Amino acid sequence: MKLQRKNRLRATALGALAVSGALVLTACGSDDNSGAGPDSDGRTTAAASAIECDGAEGQLRASGSSAQKNAMDLWVKNYMAACSGVQVNYNSSSSGEGIVAFNQGTVGFAGSDSALKPEEVAESKEICGTGQGINLPMVGGPVAIGYHLEGVDSLVLDAPTIAKIFDTRIKKWNDPAIAALNEGTELPDKAIQAFHRSEDSGTTQNLGKYLGAAAPDDWTYEAEKKWPAPGGQAASGSSGVASQVKAVDGSIGYFELSYAASQGLTTVDIDTGGPAPVEATSENASKAIAAAKVTGTGKDLALELDYTTKAEGAYPLVLVTYEVVCDTGNKADTLATVKSFLGYTASEDGQKVLTDAGYAPIPEAINAKVRETVAGLS
Amino acid sequence: MASTTPLDLPPAPPVPRGRPRSTGRVGDKIFIGLSRGSGILLLVVMASIAVFLSYRAVLAISKNEGNFLTTLDWNPAGDPPVFGIAVLLFGTVVSSVIAMVIAVPVAVGIALFISHYAPRRLAAPLGYVIDLLAAVPSIVYGIWGALVLVPYLEGLNLWLDQFFGWTYVFEKTEVGIARSLFTVGILLAIMILPIVTSVSREVFLQVPRTNEEAALALGATRWEVVRLSVLPFGRSGIISASMLGLGRALGETMAVATVLSPSFLISLHVLDPGGGTFAQNIAAKFGEADAFGRDALIASGLVLFVLTLLVNGAARLIIARRKEYSGANA
Repeated sequence: MKLQRKNRLRATALGALAVSGALVLTACGSDDNSGAGPDSDGRTTAAASAIECDGAEGQLRASGSSAQKNAMDLWVKNYMAACSGVQVNYNSSSSGEGIVAFNQGTVGFAGSDSALKPEEVAESKEICGTGQGINLPMVGGPVAIGYHLEGVDSLVLDAPTIAKIFDTRIKKWNDPAIAALNEGTELPDKAIQAFHRSEDSGTTQNLGKYLGAAAPDDWTYEAEKKWPAPGGQAASGSSGVASQVKAVDGSIGYFELSYAASQGLTTVDIDTGGPAPVEATSENASKAIAAAKVTGTGKDLALELDYTTKAEGAYPLVLVTYEVVCDTGNKADTLATVKSFLGYTASEDGQKVLTDAGYAPIPEAINAKVRETVAGLS
Repeated sequence: MASTTPLDLPPAPPVPRGRPRSTGRVGDKIFIGLSRGSGILLLVVMASIAVFLSYRAVLAISKNEGNFLTTLDWNPAGDPPVFGIAVLLFGTVVSSVIAMVIAVPVAVGIALFISHYAPRRLAAPLGYVIDLLAAVPSIVYGIWGALVLVPYLEGLNLWLDQFFGWTYVFEKTEVGIARSLFTVGILLAIMILPIVTSVSREVFLQVPRTNEEAALALGATRWEVVRLSVLPFGRSGIISASMLGLGRALGETMAVATVLSPSFLISLHVLDPGGGTFAQNIAAKFGEADAFGRDALIASGLVLFVLTLLVNGAARLIIARRKEYSGANA
């Protein structure tokens, strides 16, 4: 009798588990990536007709930079709504993992914060057969310098001052160097707490490149993914830095613009030496990217950004992320999907989506070359 | 058990010494084969993991331009690659030592209270609550530490700096919130508390009743009983419990990674943000590391493995020397 009751209990528990498990699984299955029409933010997804799906089918796996995650999420959602039967999975791990996965041949394309290094290109030749890995600039964006200082609502800094702050050589907010750039603002006598990324990051590398180019006397470190300066405090990820800056009065940090928006942080306007200090916005970042030169050879479109631009309204602290593909020798079963998907992301509609997500579209002159290259992939 | 055996039963057959022999039945043979096979398989798997790790570590260290043991930097992606474990070794040892200094006395106190002082109605639930602490995932401790403990400890840090700044260790030289090795030590202390407590409690309950009763009969107070019979008997147990706790503290990853503000500096000012531990560094760097960077991290992991082995070996030595007190060997 007792045993029977126990068994019945067990059966009920199993049944409950099965039902709840099934519910959970179906909840996953009906993820909102099929939904066309207005999404949760009230944005409307691109009209299905603008996306050309010709030949695309099956599953496309991709991996890489988390800096372009929010853009990818929107693109994947729009694309899968238009092209039924295609499954695109972008695993936003990191640029490093993306390139490793690409060179192992497990993904159709990789997202990366920086162009392939020569040894990575050499490695890619094994996977691409006749061709090699190339960089397609796809997503641009401003790196915002966010700060938290009670009583100060706007702040202007220039590259040498930013370099000294992050190198912890300027230690107080009322330092003469900061005061000179912010006449009329009352700066408190408070210690500056500079936050940087604790893990290796493309954002750190871009900040280093910018400071090295725009303030070479004050920032003598090499631009690497690892934070080079000895002082300051570290936090994990852009979101970690942003939430520390939000929590600590007197702090300053750097992250992609969208994190400043999501945490409600004020950002620094950069004095480039141009007519007026420039605010960190998508539009201003696009103006700075327009000054970039293509340095890649052949089909490779790796860019060299001009961090010292003084053009009016050009925000110089920008980062460009790439999609890495084989120029020839892509795998036959994913080639059509890669061409179709990247064709959409490089299209006018695809680039328009970027502004909504806190990124900056790639300027038309470069973008046209990207489209041409994507169309010629084989 | 022995006292309940009826006296008129024939004496039990002598237990054969040495290796247990098969009785020749099929089931026994299968069982022996299975257990021996799985034992060997386990050793082979572990050996191959060790070989793989050592191979990758040697690959990384042979290309390292810095000194693996003394370099204060971690830059395997650089040109030339330079990385060293000095900071990690220092941070791991310091944070674990802080954790042990705080946790062991508290844990022994709790264990004594539960086993010898608390009324029985209170003792059991209290034991369960302490054990429950062990079931909390470490990332939860990490988030709690970052959101609650760190702001809360700011006051304590200022107080320590003001009154104990002269000790050098508690001198605060950098502004900044309490994301330091000291905070990590406190968090680790809370995390290892349950395991040290529950093992110590078990040991204290093993103290022969006659020892305690003899002490009481001689007129000892309860504290004297604890001091004269419980603590000496339990000493090796406390040491093993502490080593179990130390093992957890040395390898703790997510909680440390969430709370600490890592940097590659060695500083004895434990209140300043900075430092790092092996496990935290691996968790932080693995994502962005290239193939070579991962080999370098594996090399640092091997050092942690050796460190843990040394600690365990030392603990065994201490316990072996105090064998006469150990309940397990009685």
